[in-house]
Amino acid sequence: MPHDHPDHTHDHDHGLSPSGHPYRADNDEPLTYWQRMEIAVRELLIEKAKISPAEIAAQIEAMDARSPANGAAVVARAWSDPAFKARLLADAGAASREMGFDIGPLNLIAVENTETVHNLIVCTLCSCYPRNLLGLPPDWYKTREYRSRAVREPRAVLREFGVDLPDSTRIRVHDSTADMRYIVLPARPEGTEQMTEVELANLVTRDAMIGTGLARTP
Amino acid sequence: MEGHDFALWEKRVDALMVLCGSKGFFTVDGLRRALEDMGEDAFEKHSYYERWIAAVNQNLIEAGVYNLEELGARMEEIAARGPTYGEAQDG
Repeated sequence: MPHDHPDHTHDHDHGLSPSGHPYRADNDEPLTYWQRMEIAVRELLIEKAKISPAEIAAQIEAMDARSPANGAAVVARAWSDPAFKARLLADAGAASREMGFDIGPLNLIAVENTETVHNLIVCTLCSCYPRNLLGLPPDWYKTREYRSRAVREPRAVLREFGVDLPDSTRIRVHDSTADMRYIVLPARPEGTEQMTEVELANLVTRDAMIGTGLARTP
Repeated sequence: MEGHDFALWEKRVDALMVLCGSKGFFTVDGLRRALEDMGEDAFEKHSYYERWIAAVNQNLIEAGVYNLEELGARMEEIAARGPTYGEAQDG
């Protein structure tokens, strides 16, 4: 699909161009009511000198720059530095700020996976996500199916993601809110004792920090 | 890893939400209340950023940043500019 965007109800299937390329969605589709509202809100804020166009552009650029690599760097530091790990588990926001990541005003809580406990994060109401460390959430994280099943049948959901945990492992599901976000500190894989922080970070996937995955093994 | 190619208008909604929050025009609780006041219907019919712009707008009006008349007049003006998002920009 040229543009995987299930939130949109309008038709994106424009077929292929004569040269065989999918037509790319652009901002030339019929203007919607909500788009008009966005333009109006933005223009009114700018006219009233509440916000500048440069601030909006900078914010979008900062958001676009965020990726799971930020979270992976935090996890790798926690694996490498026990004092940092202790600070991360005490106050994940403050520990992340130490590394130069802007966490904003929200509370960030790191939950640690161990041999006996596996953590999974969800936002049952909408899509709250540790986006300052992971970027924007994947589409499935926002689906009604994930939001409901993560709490109702987390083991089944985890199996679908390829994480088959023994019954003896306790699963903790954390329901995020707008101002209370969670990030999973995955268990450090075996055989990584000699690895550098940068090498370790490469083992940390986005899903491992959501809890729907485990860290890669080298 | 699936990507999600957000439209520009959606990224702008996101930016407005963060900036207005950091400037103190509303709180996350205010946004949450506006979202919950929309009723279950809104979660069926509207997309994620459609709900967010509605919540941002609701909070800005309540904060007195602008009023409903200004919003309505501006939205009509925008509709008259052109039929697409790109053409409806001012400038």
